[in-house]
Amino acid sequence: MPNKTEAQVVLRLDKITKTFGALTANDAISLTLHKGEVIALLGENGAGKTTLMNILFGQYTADSGSVEVMGSALLPGNPRAALDAGVGMVHQHFTLAENMTVLENVTLGTRPLWAPGLDRAAARARIVQLAQDFKLSVEPDARISTLTVGERQRVEILKALYRDARILILDEPTAVLTPQETTDLFETLRKAIALGLSIIFISHKLHEVMAISDRVVILRHGKVVHEGPTSGTDRHDLAARMVGGEVNTPTAAPGVPGAPLLSLRGVTTPDRGSAPGLKSLEFSLYAGQITGLAGVSGNGQAALADLVGGMIQPAKGALMLAGADVLHWSPRAAVHAGIARIPEDRHKTGTIADFDLSENAILETYKDPPFSRRGWMNWRAAREFASRIITSYDVRCPGPGTRIRLLSGGNMQKLILGRVIEGSPQIILANQPVRGLDIGAVNYVHSQLLAARDRGAAVLLISEDLDEIMALSDVIHVISEGRLSPPFARGSMSPADLGVWMTGHGYGEEAAHAS
Amino acid sequence: MRLEPIANPSLTRTLTPPALAIATTVIIASLLAMLAGANPFAVLGLILKGAFGSKFALLETLNRATPLIFTGLAVAVAFRARLWNIGAEAQLYAGALVVAILGAGLLNWPAVLLLPTMAILAMVAGAVLLLIPALLKVRLGVDEVVTTLLINFIFLLFISMLLEGVLKDPMGMGWPKSARLIDEARLPRIVDGLRLHWGFGLALIASVIVWIISARTTLGYEMRAVGLNRNAAEFAGIPVGRVLIKTALLSGGLAALAGFSEVAGLKGNLTLDLSPGFGYTGIIVAMLALLNPLGVIAAALFVAGIFVGADSMSRAIGVPTYLADIMLATALLLMVVAILLTRFRVVRE
Repeated sequence: MPNKTEAQVVLRLDKITKTFGALTANDAISLTLHKGEVIALLGENGAGKTTLMNILFGQYTADSGSVEVMGSALLPGNPRAALDAGVGMVHQHFTLAENMTVLENVTLGTRPLWAPGLDRAAARARIVQLAQDFKLSVEPDARISTLTVGERQRVEILKALYRDARILILDEPTAVLTPQETTDLFETLRKAIALGLSIIFISHKLHEVMAISDRVVILRHGKVVHEGPTSGTDRHDLAARMVGGEVNTPTAAPGVPGAPLLSLRGVTTPDRGSAPGLKSLEFSLYAGQITGLAGVSGNGQAALADLVGGMIQPAKGALMLAGADVLHWSPRAAVHAGIARIPEDRHKTGTIADFDLSENAILETYKDPPFSRRGWMNWRAAREFASRIITSYDVRCPGPGTRIRLLSGGNMQKLILGRVIEGSPQIILANQPVRGLDIGAVNYVHSQLLAARDRGAAVLLISEDLDEIMALSDVIHVISEGRLSPPFARGSMSPADLGVWMTGHGYGEEAAHAS
Repeated sequence: MRLEPIANPSLTRTLTPPALAIATTVIIASLLAMLAGANPFAVLGLILKGAFGSKFALLETLNRATPLIFTGLAVAVAFRARLWNIGAEAQLYAGALVVAILGAGLLNWPAVLLLPTMAILAMVAGAVLLLIPALLKVRLGVDEVVTTLLINFIFLLFISMLLEGVLKDPMGMGWPKSARLIDEARLPRIVDGLRLHWGFGLALIASVIVWIISARTTLGYEMRAVGLNRNAAEFAGIPVGRVLIKTALLSGGLAALAGFSEVAGLKGNLTLDLSPGFGYTGIIVAMLALLNPLGVIAAALFVAGIFVGADSMSRAIGVPTYLADIMLATALLLMVVAILLTRFRVVRE
């Protein structure tokens, strides 16, 4: 480990401030990074991590403050300058051209478009060399569209290394990786450190932070609230600092299970790209229970959510509602069957940004009275419904005529919650219901889910956050590669036990039992 | 430089950019007029006078605006649902074709029966013509921009074939035009003695009906939802494919009414120069109207006024009528920028 006091400072952020309207995303943040050092940048969603990195990379311009790389000031608002200075960024959402090869993606933008006689051979040799040095196994001529998520990430890292990056910024790199891929990534990162690179590692997975970083910087509400060596701290300490000690999660008394309301009998759905479909799922949701679905992102959660939400039909097997086979299945059928659906992406699928609150409130029920009769809309009824939601669910907004684009994520989610829960649904599908919300909104959503459960609803909670699953669920299933673990009762499994299932172990043994 | 969305644009901010757009258009037109060796004030004055300055001019403008209201509505309806109908020109001719066939003596019905029948069948023809690209889009994902655009050329050649063949007027001295409509198939004038036919009245009524559909019916709600966020609409259970098909039928039918009104109201027979690109100009009208059905009326009057005014100006002082095309193109481009500026603010960095 390099000696921090003597190691060369490669990056210095000085009092970076950035506001978006009324929101101060970054409030006078200062940070130094040394050669060969790994800083973990921690913080809840919305704490300002991504904003800060986007400023460093020149995608945003700070309102005030300065960035210095290798001792010289960085031209603000210019990604090109950041690249030339040796800053490489691996985004949470990859920025690769799907229809081009690895080689083409890596070299894209590194030479003029009109350069004659492409020096492909030299570029290829360089990529192969880098891949070897950093243990990044990818095929240079493979098309991006054929690669898995883990491989795509390696291409992103290669892209940065190919441009001689000396500072690597990784924005939640493990969110989409399997544990095995995460191990590989960490090995690559250790090689990089050994070769003198410096790394900023953004995450909120605390065990990873403990494993890879030298120093931890915690942001909350746009401010640095903690900075110190990783070795002097532990996970609980970090968690408390991250949320600022205001962790008063709703206390979940165990639910009283009732009859199965929705069951899957041997349901199989087709794979979609790199994400697996469901593999003969046997599974029931019981009244008065929260069923948690844990798993690494992209292991079939989306397929299960789409199935329960009516977006797809089983290719094989059957879906049963209250004991009867469902013959016709669609989003509308799901709504009419009393399934409250909280979608994973409230911006893209949950709401229509340029519709106002009333129009959004009736999105699922506009065809039913009182919102419309014989094809004629009743806007007054829609406005009244929206006003009711605004009051009972504490949606902060100027009124039902406000375009939903102007609402914060938390208030948007409250509207969706009100829209689906107001009709006292029997079944609730909550897919990542608190992603990106602040702690207050998180607690609110959770308490609403618990209240619905106590009223007798069956809740399916899908989340990548194991803590959330363990705090709320009466029963936990783990999903991996589209297969489902047996149900585990509350408290019967430790996170480590669940982790074993999340990595795909356990299912094989069960299959062996069955045969 | 970067664009930042504005939360609640003030009234000044909403009105200033469009006003600036029009002012800039006028300035550019003046410069071009000077380039053509004319006094810009005279040119602009003559355009204004030629468009709205007399009873005759005004009626001419209203007549010219009529097909533009229909095609503008057709485009606005489709674009609102993100169905890119570039084929209003062909749909217009489909409507005109129906009128030319039925109205030239094939049906010897009284006007009260014949006119509605022709209007409805014209709409059906236009609707069917757009139904094909819409089905291809919904079922197979074929880009409707390409299909609707290409159908324009195919359909115009088809009309040309008919006018040189079976539909050719035997009394037409060899010109490629269809036989004249019987009197019962002609749209009457709104006021006796004034050269303005009921097509204009029908266009106003159509605008109001489309506005009511858009604002007050479940179909209008569905169409807007599909246009603004197809993902969310689908998730909420709105039948996206069916909504797009319904939108196509409505849009094609509206464009066909332009053909109906031009043949039955103005021309009295079908020729290949029935439409000087009304279908395409409908796109400009719809965009200037911000896709608002009632705004289409104002936008169509503006566009028709520039065309008619420029014609008259050109006759008076010999500045080419191309000035009208340039003014429209400039107005459209500047308006697009202006719309952007009402919703976003430019942040200098």
